[in-house]
Amino acid sequence: MKPSRFDYHRPTSPAEAAEVLAELGDTARVLAGGQSLLPMLNLRLAYFDHLVDVGRIEELRRIEQREGALWLGAAAVDAAVERSELVRDAVPLLAEASPLVGHFQIRNRGTVGGSIAHADPAAEYPAVALALDAEMVALSVRGERTIPAASFFTGHWSTALEPDELLVGVSFPRWAGRCGFAVREMARRHGDFAVAGAAVGVQLDDASRVQRAAVALFGMGATPRRAGPAEAALVGAGTGELDLAEVGRLAVDGMDDVPADLHGSSGYRRRVGAVMVERALGAAIEEASRG
Amino acid sequence: MGEVEISLSVNGHARTDAVEPRLTLADYLRERCQLTGTHLGCEHGVCGACTVLVDGAAVRSCLVLAVQADGAEVTTIEGIAAPDGTLSPVQAAFRECHGLQCGFCTPGFVVSATALLRDNPDPTDDELRVGLAGNLCRCTGYQGILAAVRRAAEAG
Repeated sequence: MKPSRFDYHRPTSPAEAAEVLAELGDTARVLAGGQSLLPMLNLRLAYFDHLVDVGRIEELRRIEQREGALWLGAAAVDAAVERSELVRDAVPLLAEASPLVGHFQIRNRGTVGGSIAHADPAAEYPAVALALDAEMVALSVRGERTIPAASFFTGHWSTALEPDELLVGVSFPRWAGRCGFAVREMARRHGDFAVAGAAVGVQLDDASRVQRAAVALFGMGATPRRAGPAEAALVGAGTGELDLAEVGRLAVDGMDDVPADLHGSSGYRRRVGAVMVERALGAAIEEASRG
Repeated sequence: MGEVEISLSVNGHARTDAVEPRLTLADYLRERCQLTGTHLGCEHGVCGACTVLVDGAAVRSCLVLAVQADGAEVTTIEGIAAPDGTLSPVQAAFRECHGLQCGFCTPGFVVSATALLRDNPDPTDDELRVGLAGNLCRCTGYQGILAAVRRAAEAG
């Protein structure tokens, strides 16, 4: 047996899960699909005295429209998100990201909430959440609170969730009007974590000027990162006059602490990131122009 | 807390066992059920050798705890052929197209390809490659495997 010993808890509701977490504190870890947690346990990179399995709680598996937003229960599996017509219609950026997550066997068990709570800086869903200003809803015995994506990702594999808090779901705002979305990433092999990638959204006005832009990069630091200067350069510009390669460079210009590893130096990653922004924006603008 | 009792079906046979929570489904199948056709390569979700079907969905059994499979229907490579031993179309095609050499990765490829073709009976070459990208083979060079899955799709 590879993981170290732990006790297993299977609460039947979010409230019961919150009670279990309140009792066990940081000796416990929430288990949803396990596609990030199990590798870490098998390699003994992590060990916990208790696992709290929320994967079967029906309430946490819902994918539904809630007011102006799409609600993804934290235990909704990637494969369900990938297949959902509602997701494709309401938040196309999520549907773009799903096929890039691992392989289909991983997506049959992995969850969007798990990916976001695990907060790997090279993962797709956290970047999508950050790009769209999604809101994470956390439950504990102290009550429920909403955490904006901008303050949720605090570091490598670290989030604003307290040890006794359960991520119950994520609310993704729905964009209206002439919109386009795209994710582009460069990975050594399909399904691997990306060396660098970009998740973008654009909205155009009737005169084909960019009205709204969201650009998030992943693999470029300890957390996914928004590219503020690139967004500022996009807004107000006509699609015909944009130099997307320049916007790509702007997106990575101010980024320090870009990681270096055996897949590439910081400088290489920065160049890849710029090109991924350029390509994603090209695809998103083309889609929005058709709308 | 110690052991947890689980009840599940493995290749159509109902079983109830007490297991340690940290026992992976792969180890449960190999060591408790004596179904050693499920191979373990990397044990952290990269190689795909341990792929099995859980309620019909292809998953990595090294990344599923046995306790998480409580109540599920599990199909391993031993459950892919017909009860009389007749090879499934995917298995027969692997034999015909030299889709295996040492055979270590083969159970994972066969199970993945079986799920892939069930959900997409007529895949394009690109879909086939992407669909099989989650399984690693270190000896055939993949061309025989792709040819086998293509032939199985044609045999439909």
